Amino acid sequence: MAISTNFWIWIAALLTLAIYSFLYKDNPFYKFAEYLLVGISIGYGISIYWHNTIITKVYNPLVYDKNFLVLIPLLLGLLMFSRFFKNVSYLSRIPIAFVVGAGTGLSVPSSFEFLFKQIYATMPLKLDIGSLIIVVGVISTLVYFFFSLEHKGFVGKVSKVGITFIMVAFGAAFGYTIMARVSLFIGRIQFLLSDWLGIIK
Amino acid sequence: MLKGKGIPIFITFLTGMIMIISFFIPHKPFGDIEKISLTWYSIIAGFTMLLGVDSLIGMHFRKLKRKDENWFFSLVLIIGFTATVVVGIIETVRFGTAFDERSYFTYIYNYFIVPLQSTMFSLLAFFIASAAYRAFRARNFDATLLLITAIIVMLGRVPLGEQISPYLPKFTEWIMQVPQMAAKRGIGLGISLGALGVSIRIILGIERSYLS
Repeated sequence: MAISTNFWIWIAALLTLAIYSFLYKDNPFYKFAEYLLVGISIGYGISIYWHNTIITKVYNPLVYDKNFLVLIPLLLGLLMFSRFFKNVSYLSRIPIAFVVGAGTGLSVPSSFEFLFKQIYATMPLKLDIGSLIIVVGVISTLVYFFFSLEHKGFVGKVSKVGITFIMVAFGAAFGYTIMARVSLFIGRIQFLLSDWLGIIK
Repeated sequence: MLKGKGIPIFITFLTGMIMIISFFIPHKPFGDIEKISLTWYSIIAGFTMLLGVDSLIGMHFRKLKRKDENWFFSLVLIIGFTATVVVGIIETVRFGTAFDERSYFTYIYNYFIVPLQSTMFSLLAFFIASAAYRAFRARNFDATLLLITAIIVMLGRVPLGEQISPYLPKFTEWIMQVPQMAAKRGIGLGISLGALGVSIRIILGIERSYLS
């Protein structure tokens, strides 16, 4: 058994314990770690944006390729800050309009692509029980979310089958999520017992 | 003229249409326009993040100034933020990039962000389990089904499941590949149809709430 003498391992271990202290109750150690995580994460996010976008997509093309076109999105981005000045705040709508337009424009073909791919994947290529269950499951789930028809009679029965499939899917997703979290928990305990305390190898 | 919503709606329509057209006609000039628009999009979208950061840091500065309850933790957040940015700048000067393996910026990621984030997520295992106990009690057929599926999937993914029955992992796989996939696909189709409808409404200027 050899406790780590690495300063950084100690930092990580103490922060891990500070977060787990929440299992007892909300306390200042947990709050400290929580606020620190938020502060560091946004600082890290800003640095990534600076490195991946401002340097790579604005500075480098502008300085090395003399591509002055990149000044336009830079100016549009700066217009976002017009929100802080009441008399010119309407200018912030221009970059927002561009972002929303590009985002929705991108989502139209990608939604179509997703739709066709999923419908194609649902079509049974061979007649087996699994393919049949998938077809029934997809159609009944869609019927469950179709609210233009009252869920009575045949539609009601199909939507009941749909909710059964949805419950199985939610149960599976829930079980899967718990296992993922438990695996993270095991990872943290391994870190504490192995990297920090050196109890296990 | 700029004060009205006409120009922003036209910009949304134009950029939206360019993106759609360039998907179907990926040749000049649409292919190039799409590439440029995507670059512009990533640059401008980043500024929205800066607005969010400004709002968050501003709020914590105000809490600090007024000495509100928990002001000390606001100070921790601001110090954490400032220190990360400053270390990022210093290490960029030292190594040419802050993401160098030897830089303290990488240390911040490895020894602060990674343990804090993974511990925070692992904490949810306990709370999901306790919430599930309250929510999933087998009150009716649907809740029972959800409970049984969750238990099967959990057992089927650990060695204990194989000890109980060698068929359990296979059955878990079947649940994930067939009934789970069917419902997921149905939900996915519904979501993409909804996204398609909203996108078309926004591009055509019917939906304008994002401009208010």
